[in-house]
Amino acid sequence: MSITLKNLSKTYGTQKAVDSISFDIPTGQIVGFLGPNGAGKSTTMKMLTGFISPTSGSATINGLDIEKDALEVRKLVGYLPENNPQYTDMYVAEYLHFVASVYQLGKNAHSKVEEMISITGLTPERKKKIGQLSKGYRQRVGIAQAMIHDPKVLILDEPTSGLDPNQLVDIRNLIIQLGKEKTVILSTHIMQEVQAMCDRAIIINQGVIVADDRIELLTSNDKKRQEIEVEFIEVVDKNLLLAIDGIKEAHPLKGNGWKLISDKKTDMRVALFEFAKNNQFTLIKIQVNEHNMEEVFKDLTKKK
Amino acid sequence: MIAIFKKELNHFFSSLIGYLSIGIFLLITGSLLWFFKGGVLDYGYATLESLFNLAPVVFLILIPAVTMRSFSEEKNMGTLELLMTKPLRDIDIILGKYLAALVLVIFSILPTFIYFYSVYKLGAPVGNVDTGGVWGSYIGLLFLGASFTAIGIFCSTLSSNQIVAFILAASLCAATYWLFDIISDFPMFSNGLDYFIQQLGINAHYKSISRGIVDTRDIIYFLSVIVLFLAGTKTVLESRKW
Repeated sequence: MSITLKNLSKTYGTQKAVDSISFDIPTGQIVGFLGPNGAGKSTTMKMLTGFISPTSGSATINGLDIEKDALEVRKLVGYLPENNPQYTDMYVAEYLHFVASVYQLGKNAHSKVEEMISITGLTPERKKKIGQLSKGYRQRVGIAQAMIHDPKVLILDEPTSGLDPNQLVDIRNLIIQLGKEKTVILSTHIMQEVQAMCDRAIIINQGVIVADDRIELLTSNDKKRQEIEVEFIEVVDKNLLLAIDGIKEAHPLKGNGWKLISDKKTDMRVALFEFAKNNQFTLIKIQVNEHNMEEVFKDLTKKK
Repeated sequence: MIAIFKKELNHFFSSLIGYLSIGIFLLITGSLLWFFKGGVLDYGYATLESLFNLAPVVFLILIPAVTMRSFSEEKNMGTLELLMTKPLRDIDIILGKYLAALVLVIFSILPTFIYFYSVYKLGAPVGNVDTGGVWGSYIGLLFLGASFTAIGIFCSTLSSNQIVAFILAASLCAATYWLFDIISDFPMFSNGLDYFIQQLGINAHYKSISRGIVDTRDIIYFLSVIVLFLAGTKTVLESRKW
């Protein structure tokens, strides 16, 4: 169930929400679709699920054109829209039965509904109205309705936004568990999420793809830049720090902490320890910051 | 389509909407027909005319109240996106919602058969009622209700605010019902145009069917109104893709 986008564009008036993006997702990959708010993530997902039409370009899911074969495509896709819209006055089981009948599950409907309720952990809440559920449970209902027809492709628009840390972990695990053997695109602006769940990240900014690679490659520290956080007990003059070979920038942090930027590839911790010893400073913290998704994201989306 | 139809019907009858609109329709028509001055008992003739004069006016308010939420609420809550990305054709969603609202209208008309039965029994001699006229009027009322429902569904796609949808629908229903009659009364149309203008309105066709003659022209008129507004609904829903 591969997904292919070719020069997909969407223009609202004169504003280009999505500007000719192309990518190809092979079967079974979990892809994080990243970007700041308003980058065009939701617009792309709405086009893929056939809610809106692209201005130009085309996309196929499993070889089916998203416009010409819209109904067939929708049968293959499970979609959780942004903000997880729900019929708040329906009961959990009632709502899932409704979704099952929309997908024409027929005789399987009942067992499917029960299966989804137990997989998503909704059993204790099944007799409540959706409007009475907490945000985490509501999100589970949203995921259950997207998965009930056992879709080959899952499109989840910000599935974890607004959840507390415990719910966040639960929902993530649920997606990882249910996403096995499926092609999944999920959008988010939380970087750790992509690192935790996805094989690959596509970063989009102002409607254009700015990066598309496997997570390991995006985060690998190939740049000639190291960031080290240090803290001393004593007050240390900035110029002294800048005098250390390899230190290019020094930014004060709270207390007597400093964020140091080095352009050397060698481990700067040794030099810093030597520096403290020679100047009789008491070094109480030294930490090399990993080049993580967050920074990759910041770098890529800040430029414009 | 059936899934949507069931869901909508469930919504009407699992909330107060269904019972309230049926109840109020029966309360207003019943009290005016039987208890208030000018009702059947007062008037002295075995006729249901006052019911059929009044029912369209009650529908004018009640039907927009029933249909105002159908698409407005979905738009407002974002659930329209949920529906539109399911393997459903737009027309399935529209017809499901339309038919559910129509069933509610039919359910509010059905109990008035009791009125007919009572008047039938009260006639002297028993059964001295213009039965053909009554059946014609019922058919007319059904078509009128079906047209108002189509107008109401159409208006609810125009706004995500239910009150706006209600006001639009009530005004549009009133306009199609009365406005052409009023315009045809203008002196400048007394040259024969007035007839054609009258024929554009619902009232002329409703009155015509009420006489007990089911004329294909009237049926075609009502069906055209329904199709026109349901097609309009489809166009508005598709406009999200433009």
